[in-house]
Amino acid sequence: MDITLIYPHLPLIFAGLMGISILVYVVLDGFDLGVGILFPLAPAEDRDRMIASIGPFWDANETWLVLAIGILLVAFPAAHGEILTALYLPVTIMLIGLIARGVAFEFRAKAQASEKWLWNRIFFAGSLITALSQGYMLGIYTLGLQSGFQAFAFGILVAICLTATYAAIGAAWLIYKTDGQLQANAISWMKKALIFTLIGMAAISIITPLASDRIFEKWFAIPEIIALAPLPLMSGLFFIFTYWQLKHLPDETERFSLLPFIGIVAIMVLGFAGLAYSFYPYIVPEKMTIVDAASAPESLLIILFGTAFVLPVIVGYSIFAYRVFGGKATELRYD
Amino acid sequence: MDPFILSRMQFGANITFHILFPTITIALGWILLFFKYRYNKTGDQAWMDAYFFWVKIFALSFAMGVVSGITMSFQFGTNWPGFMETVGNIAGPLLAYEVLTAFFLEAVFLGIMLFGFRRVSNRVHTLATFLVAFGTTMSAFWILVLNSWMHTPQGYEIIDGIAHATDWFAIVFNPSLPYRLSHMLLASGLTAAFLVAGLSALRWLLGDRTASMFKALKTGVTLAAILIPLQIFAGDLHGLNTLEHQPAKVAAMEGNWETKGNVPLLLFALPDEETRSNKFELSIPNGASLILKHEADGVVPGLNDFVAEDGTILHPPVAAVFWGFRIMVGTGFAMLFLSWIGSYYLWRKDEFPKPLAYLFVPMALSGWVATIAGWYVTEIGRQPWLVTGVLKTADALGPIAGGMVLSTFIAYLATYFILLGAYIFVVVRLAVKAAKSGDKRPEPDATGKPALPGATPNQASLPAE
Repeated sequence: MDITLIYPHLPLIFAGLMGISILVYVVLDGFDLGVGILFPLAPAEDRDRMIASIGPFWDANETWLVLAIGILLVAFPAAHGEILTALYLPVTIMLIGLIARGVAFEFRAKAQASEKWLWNRIFFAGSLITALSQGYMLGIYTLGLQSGFQAFAFGILVAICLTATYAAIGAAWLIYKTDGQLQANAISWMKKALIFTLIGMAAISIITPLASDRIFEKWFAIPEIIALAPLPLMSGLFFIFTYWQLKHLPDETERFSLLPFIGIVAIMVLGFAGLAYSFYPYIVPEKMTIVDAASAPESLLIILFGTAFVLPVIVGYSIFAYRVFGGKATELRYD
Repeated sequence: MDPFILSRMQFGANITFHILFPTITIALGWILLFFKYRYNKTGDQAWMDAYFFWVKIFALSFAMGVVSGITMSFQFGTNWPGFMETVGNIAGPLLAYEVLTAFFLEAVFLGIMLFGFRRVSNRVHTLATFLVAFGTTMSAFWILVLNSWMHTPQGYEIIDGIAHATDWFAIVFNPSLPYRLSHMLLASGLTAAFLVAGLSALRWLLGDRTASMFKALKTGVTLAAILIPLQIFAGDLHGLNTLEHQPAKVAAMEGNWETKGNVPLLLFALPDEETRSNKFELSIPNGASLILKHEADGVVPGLNDFVAEDGTILHPPVAAVFWGFRIMVGTGFAMLFLSWIGSYYLWRKDEFPKPLAYLFVPMALSGWVATIAGWYVTEIGRQPWLVTGVLKTADALGPIAGGMVLSTFIAYLATYFILLGAYIFVVVRLAVKAAKSGDKRPEPDATGKPALPGATPNQASLPAE
């Protein structure tokens, strides 16, 4: 087989890999960040357990962001510069948020009781800042990296929506990983966060096509509108299903405690699919397509080989780690 | 404000802050594996106590390294988009392989290494420790491949101003890789060895006489004593390799302006680029010629060879490279004397004199000093190039405003100073706490592992598995 036959498809393959990395990141680190965002709502005695529910995972979860930005960097160098210089300030704010969140874990674990309040606040602030800046960047990016008040306002809207989504998935994770009063609290947090998520996603779905004629065309032409109708309809069904499920929790047997998490992941996947469809074939909206921005095929092929071999292994040992720390979260100890 | 110099200072600050922590964790991972191996072999709980103390410092250092590393991957794009646009076809796959073969491995197994001792079998826990150490080393390998390629590029061709790979073997095993990789891994070994020795010496001074403290002390001092002669040897070879491929850097390291024979080794001087000469020279005759050419009249390149006819300076800033080199070498010799004297007392006399303990404590951070000084020599020494002969640093800068870079630079600096202070404070306090409490450990249960403390009522009711 002639290996060069794959060359024309490489940009799309890598766009797909990057999309998957981003999706896995927002789901996995989404629940870490969500737990951080919910942190101040919990009474002090529940906070160690909230940390314990994400402690062994957060670092690996954050690595999916490194992979996503890495793919953008290596597969689409031209787009990478364009996007990141345009988002210079929010990127910096996000990075400082990520730094604060990441180190707060470790410092908190080694702090004396009298200092914990400080690292609790840094953990919360870092998680919140990260979530808000990621949402803001998503909003600005969606509108084609424009500046001006409208883009700013839309950025703020998406920032709030994504933060609510993270809070919802964080609460869903706590429902799965904890029990008792903390679980009961998480159920009520998730109900509220879910409403904000719904409002935010609906607003974005309405505003995006109005702001961009191209996106409007992609969604509302015939027959696309019929083929695409299941996307918003299924999202709506999952919202109803998840909310209904929350009404019936907590449940003595714990058989259904993972369902809210599955529900919110489904909602996120559908929302992500909608966004991806809107952007395609652009990697910098309205400016640069996936094909225009791609690296040389020889270099992409080398990465593809590595990815094809290594990614399944990564998924395998990640699942192993989740199984090791499976079940309800218990105290984390080094010794 | 000039966005170029500000971006350089910002990236320099980030990478300086970042390298502090991988320099510790790359080697500390292997030291922890050694503690675990000794525990498995001897069953002596003191090795496991040493492991549990040092794994906390490993965890803290690892987290600091992760968060500061993510910052850099973004700064490639925010400040230096020209880098990936020009050499992305080569840098890209190398960075991708670092993420795929190293980052995930270390991040995933770190959780099991830190918190899994009671949840997995002893064998799996040892394996997790090994995989984390292996992952950090793989990460060092890939990033040093890229860094070495930026110093001594080969295996590529330029088409329309963009580098394309022609020979991956030549790219990965470029001329400076073997020297740079050994030099850096040994630097990491020394940094971790002196950290372990210095912090153990602090515990000793605070009255700690536990077996675990002595085991760590002896491990640190001995490791340092073994690695430092290897490092001096590797460093010398690296210098000769640099002379071959980047003579301007060596000229700046030696503070030598004119190409000639019988060049002295300068112990002290103030290089002045205005007058293109040195002030207050203190030197050993023929020293530089002897070191670099192994002959008293060996010809050593001079900085004046690297000035274009129109007066453009094509060599790196002299004073920074000159002094960085001297600080690194000076620290190296201090390491040599202290670690050998320490080994002599610990192995021959079986004692640890108090003055020696006082010397080891400040040397706990000597690895940081030498590593940063050395990195400044090699990275500032590559200027004005970002990729030697391919891309100038100034040409990689993105379209960003100076004021914006300044504000983020200040924000990063403030963050880093606070975190560095907090890190040192917490590490010292962990040592003080350990010295005061001794080796407290839960009673072992039937499986031989220390017993799980009873779950408190508000803790989870379901077991882990």
